[in-house]
Amino acid sequence: MTEKTLVLTDVVKRYPNGALAVDRVNVDVNAGELVVFVGPSGCGKSTLLRMVAGLETVTDGSIELAGRVVNDLEPAERDIAMVFQNYALYPHMSVRKNLSYGLKNRGLPADEINRRVEEAAEILEIGAFLDRKPSQLSGGQRQRVAMGRAIVRHPAIFLFDEPLSNLDARLRNRMRVEIRKLQRRLNTAMIYVTHDQVEAMTLADRIVVLNGGRVEQIGSPAEVYGDPASTFVASFIGAPPMNLIEVGIEAGRAMRDGVALPLPPSHDGALPAKAIWGLRPERARVGDDGNGIPFTIDVVEELGASRLLHGRIGGAEFTLQQDASAPPPSQATTLLIDPRDVHLFDAETGKAL
Amino acid sequence: MKSAQFDSRFGPYLLLLPQMAVISIFFLWPAAEAVWASFFLEDPFFGTRVFVGLENYVTALTSDDYARAAWFTVIFTAVVTLATLGIGMWLAVAADNVLRGNNTYKTLLMWVYAIAPPVAGLIGVMLFDQHIGPLVDFVALFGHEMQVGVSWWDTAIAMMIVASWKQIPYTFIFVLSGLQSIPNSVREAAAIDCRSSIRRFWTVIFPLLAPTTFFLMIVNITYALFETFGIIDLMVKGEPGNNPKTLVYKVYLDGFRGNDLGGSSAQSVILMILVLALTIVQFRLIERRIHYS
Amino acid sequence: MKRDRLRDHIVLILGAILMMGPIIVAFTTSTFDPVEIHREGMKLGWGGNFLETYKEVLFQKGGFSGEVTGALMTMNSLILGIGFAVGKIVVSMLAAYAIVYFRFPLGSFFFWVIFSTLLLPLEVRILPSYEVVQQLGLLNTYTGLILPLIASATGTFYFRQFFRSVPDELLEAARIDGAGPLRFFIDFLVPLSRTMIAAIFIIMFVVGWNQYLWPILITTDEHYFTLVRGIKQVLQTYIGANIPDYNEALAMAILAMLPPGLVVIVFQRMFIKGLVESEK
Repeated sequence: MTEKTLVLTDVVKRYPNGALAVDRVNVDVNAGELVVFVGPSGCGKSTLLRMVAGLETVTDGSIELAGRVVNDLEPAERDIAMVFQNYALYPHMSVRKNLSYGLKNRGLPADEINRRVEEAAEILEIGAFLDRKPSQLSGGQRQRVAMGRAIVRHPAIFLFDEPLSNLDARLRNRMRVEIRKLQRRLNTAMIYVTHDQVEAMTLADRIVVLNGGRVEQIGSPAEVYGDPASTFVASFIGAPPMNLIEVGIEAGRAMRDGVALPLPPSHDGALPAKAIWGLRPERARVGDDGNGIPFTIDVVEELGASRLLHGRIGGAEFTLQQDASAPPPSQATTLLIDPRDVHLFDAETGKAL
Repeated sequence: MKSAQFDSRFGPYLLLLPQMAVISIFFLWPAAEAVWASFFLEDPFFGTRVFVGLENYVTALTSDDYARAAWFTVIFTAVVTLATLGIGMWLAVAADNVLRGNNTYKTLLMWVYAIAPPVAGLIGVMLFDQHIGPLVDFVALFGHEMQVGVSWWDTAIAMMIVASWKQIPYTFIFVLSGLQSIPNSVREAAAIDCRSSIRRFWTVIFPLLAPTTFFLMIVNITYALFETFGIIDLMVKGEPGNNPKTLVYKVYLDGFRGNDLGGSSAQSVILMILVLALTIVQFRLIERRIHYS
Repeated sequence: MKRDRLRDHIVLILGAILMMGPIIVAFTTSTFDPVEIHREGMKLGWGGNFLETYKEVLFQKGGFSGEVTGALMTMNSLILGIGFAVGKIVVSMLAAYAIVYFRFPLGSFFFWVIFSTLLLPLEVRILPSYEVVQQLGLLNTYTGLILPLIASATGTFYFRQFFRSVPDELLEAARIDGAGPLRFFIDFLVPLSRTMIAAIFIIMFVVGWNQYLWPILITTDEHYFTLVRGIKQVLQTYIGANIPDYNEALAMAILAMLPPGLVVIVFQRMFIKGLVESEK
């Protein structure tokens, strides 16, 4: 069995005004594992992270870090390190002081502090501006300093709160790769909070999808993408999102406005009268010989490597992603769908059937 | 308030101790004393007190002297507030338009802010002096012989001029910084929409300055009511006689010269109520400003 | 809007004359001989009596009774200005820190008590304030002069405003780095407030230096007179005399306005910033 760095058991956060921000969350983080909390704003992901950090009190449940319950410990006593969304660098201190401040407060000897600062500076390539103030640094450099401040602590777990959202798109992609490399190199557990599903997919060993304070699904990126537990996960993970169409189930077929859609092979038996039918945009092909499901195209978007065809099946909107090398279809065409790619969800609860 | 705070048993009380001590001894106590004393008639020679209820208020509010002071205070406050706003704003708009020499103008126009009201009053006394005052000579060109300290109206006008002069820099500083915080894109959009620069000022710039203007109006009213004490004290040369005086000056005169503790306190309380009203208006405005910005 | 316009320059030049003219005339007149002033009125130009007049005012008879010199009064003004500014900054920073950064049951009660001091300027409660200071035996002391002026809450409000604008994450990051309340105040808020402190110091120094009403009441001993307080004394000798010492009166006025004026001009940028931002 792998060693667990962090165990969250039935964690609840209720604010004094009664709002329930986190509702009975159970999550483990294994040693050396990178877990991403992802969800829309207000889903409780940041609150959960801040509870782990000790910046928010825990209403109920327990947080166990490296084998001890830390519910009532001060943030400084928890053996964590955090990178904030706006970095929260100390504006009046040089980079070196920013890195060493926490170590000094812990009473580490000066030579040990220096060693750790130099080490972090080397890893992050910020040695050249250790004596500058944060205001003299670029966005990307500040980001590195914020990570440096986390690294020098040698914590049991890193907590990253949307650390890339203040960077431009190009830098964001680069830093994403660097964070992943860094985490591999240090081999320290990390929780990474983001609302960006691309970051979640590319970074995570495991993804925790949160919605309304509850966990919707926990799994590897492949599991979350390939086997979403609910319509929420299906539409939140993946871009463009999964096509979701409300259908009626009649005689073993999914019907929408008189058009029959294929059902997944495992579900021939007991199905409700209504359901939500789902298919990833890249999982359909244009039928070349007029066979298949009729598809009317409204708008074509060329993305370079691929192409998006926005149109309708029956009355329902449907998006198809195809390779740019495929010949562009005419306005009215047909789609071929492998039933094994189709997902079905409960019309009421949105849970996968 | 902040979402991130410390929890500490005694810390905050310890931190508040100095401020609360000073406030209690030098503020709450005297203020309560003023309200209390306003219901008594005190005999300065025998040190006895007699409870008289609202009599001090009635006496104050019905006396001719009080009515005259109130009347003068209203005119004085209105003139000073408006003159200060008008001139200060005019200068600020001009300074905002000018690029070259902007800083020199700014320095010259705001220096007077640093002058204490009584010092301004003393300079006013000199400028309006019967013997040596150049402004008296200037007015004489129009056939009027100014007699500051003798003629009620001449004194009143001189006071208003000096009081306005002293407060112009404050208005200037605030309007100028208000103007400079208007984004250039808004001015450029206005320049595309409207050719006349004067029309542009009144239809685009002035409305954007409205919060600043309201704020300054309140501040200038407070200034005219209270902070002009030094100017008035100097310009009447310590001899109030029949000279114009504001309500605040009258509180001082009745309390310290007239030894009428009860009457002075009653007048203080009336002024407190006035300030309270002004503060409420000011807060309403600040709230509005927060909502719309 | 991008061009310098003649009309604006004319308005500004007239404005500069309006604002600076009286001061320049006051200064130039102070360099003349009183008899000459009495005969010819206030004068522009250089009277040549500059050194004598200012020397006399500074080192011989600033209070016009011969008991106190202008130099001593300048000293007293500095004590009042600096004491007031420093006292106010220290007291109000601590109070604002408590109100903004601590969760405690009476927090909003204290806030409103402090707030209420804004409602009653000194001018409307002079008599009882005077009596309190008298009962405490603080007449003619620096303590009696300075402490009651600190009672108003303006400084607390400036700092409260500023502390609230400091991002929450900074405190959170500091807490993760092991900083407690005292550490956070000394290591973070004080250095971060440096500009704010400087700006408030400048404003409060000018306000303190320019106090008039309170010093009139509290100081009757000339050795505690400030320059601004002394102005009233200047006037009293002025009234009785045959040919008043106009030059010395004006010299006193110039002395009284010079230090705050210099402070405002030298630190103009910081001063404007402090003034405008703290009033928001």
